[in-house]
Amino acid sequence: MEKILFKHIDFPEQYKIDVYIKNGGYIALSKALKEFTPDDLIEMVKKSNLRGRGGAGFPTGVKWGFVPKDSPKAKYLICNADEGEPGTFKDRWLLEKDPHQLLEGIIISSYATGAHLCFIYIRGEFSFGAKRLKGAIEEAYQKGFLGKNILGTGFDLDIILYRGGGAYICGEETSLMNSIQGERGLTRLKPPFPTSAGVYECPTVINNVETLSNIPHIVLNGPEWFSSIGTPTSPGPKIYSVSGHVKKPGNYELPMGTTLKEIIYEHAGGIKDNKNLKAVIPGGISTPVLTPDKLFAKMDFDSMCDVGSMLGSGAVIVMDETTCMVKSAQRMVKFFEHESCGKCTPCREGTYWLSRILERIENGGGEEGDIQLLLDICDNICGKTLCPMGDGAIIPVLSTIENFREEYEYHIKNKKCMVTPVRRFD
Amino acid sequence: MISKKIKGRIVELKEKFPQRKSAILPALHLVLKEKNYVEKESLKEIAGLLELPPIEVFETASFYTMFPQKKVGKYHIQVCTNLSCSLLGAEELVKYLEEKLKIKVGETTPNGMFTLSTVECLGSCGTAPMMQINEDYYENLTKEKVDRILDDLLKKQI
Repeated sequence: MEKILFKHIDFPEQYKIDVYIKNGGYIALSKALKEFTPDDLIEMVKKSNLRGRGGAGFPTGVKWGFVPKDSPKAKYLICNADEGEPGTFKDRWLLEKDPHQLLEGIIISSYATGAHLCFIYIRGEFSFGAKRLKGAIEEAYQKGFLGKNILGTGFDLDIILYRGGGAYICGEETSLMNSIQGERGLTRLKPPFPTSAGVYECPTVINNVETLSNIPHIVLNGPEWFSSIGTPTSPGPKIYSVSGHVKKPGNYELPMGTTLKEIIYEHAGGIKDNKNLKAVIPGGISTPVLTPDKLFAKMDFDSMCDVGSMLGSGAVIVMDETTCMVKSAQRMVKFFEHESCGKCTPCREGTYWLSRILERIENGGGEEGDIQLLLDICDNICGKTLCPMGDGAIIPVLSTIENFREEYEYHIKNKKCMVTPVRRFD
Repeated sequence: MISKKIKGRIVELKEKFPQRKSAILPALHLVLKEKNYVEKESLKEIAGLLELPPIEVFETASFYTMFPQKKVGKYHIQVCTNLSCSLLGAEELVKYLEEKLKIKVGETTPNGMFTLSTVECLGSCGTAPMMQINEDYYENLTKEKVDRILDDLLKKQI
């Protein structure tokens, strides 16, 4: 596949507007605003079957179509740049290296959804990305791509770059909206969904960076072109972030539905130090771990479900034979314990206790019955929280017990890891 | 005390958003950039400048990990210890920094130069292990690289 989102990712100074325009940038914006109505664009994106790249895979055009046309309230677009799912670093590349591609997608999407103010909610730690975006937004205003009467079409749009404060949960859309409102990033009960009552109680469309970056290409090349890439139910290109024990970690833009085997062995160069593969997390730590017998699986929304996992953000974390799975689970759960917003008791308390028990097992204090205790706590979290974080937090525990139960048993019985740790930092 | 310059910028934020409360996080970032931490006194000042009840600013600020309320060193070293980084030696990196700086995680060197913290994923998983010092990312770390980075920061002082 010819690169699409990453076509100019390594082009010198691609982040500057003149270079972006020289490389064909902002043609899609002109086309969208001058040749299409907002409804045309919504239909186009529906037809392309672009699905949200933040992890949930919800059809973008359908989401746009939910915005009420007759609402007297202001409408907002939010670009979710709060990339925080461990293992994921694709949006960071997109916004640092090709910020105008994102801005062009945002302006077209705002026009389609009737928004005149857009927030880019960028995770607080991405200082460099924020600087790049700030510069790009200023350039876009100067060229008349933002502000009043864009390209003489009468369409107005302002963008506010809003920096988060280091809370993973603010990547969850309802927490994100509370955060923009200057509140603690607690989740909200849905419904109402953001498209009817979002930020400031107004209709709001929230899309991920990668999702929005696809929009100019759909406008330029048409929905048929887009849906001819990837698989019929998960079309388009996908950026896979590969990390962990591989020879060439990095972001790889490939068609949706590329197999895990191809991603890990062909693109990421195979397992580091020629060791054997033990486990793969396919879509960030909220997705179930897979064993090497699942390498044939395609990385798209539906195929990942078929093998008992999820595509998530497409963040492939590779673990070789020297990895202790109990320790990995403990490390992942510690993250969820730290990041639970605290609103729902099962998540707040459950992740605390999962973390304590896993720490105890890892440190040689495991007791008989601990595995069942972990499973019971997971059961008490599952489906009992307002947002998906509770369900995400139990996944590392459930999927490692399911696939590597013997490591837990060995740990509890022998008070130590089944594997010998390898020095990695020298 | 927040500087006069930053105070002016905080006041400007008051009318920038559809609702004034949205100015809290941007105000916290301005203070953080200036001081590396945002202590209670600054929170009160922010509330005054934005004409919001102080409790609203306390409530919001205390939720977000990026705004430490206790004084930190001139250089705040934050090491990612999430899964991808720990698979590539983040814990050994933390240990190395503890030995080198002669402090434990959560502490500041007696000269007030370095504070060492561990943090969750910073979105730099393909370049692990990594650390953030103030606003900058340092990636693909080795012992030699860490030595050089810290030496360079110390040299800047002289």
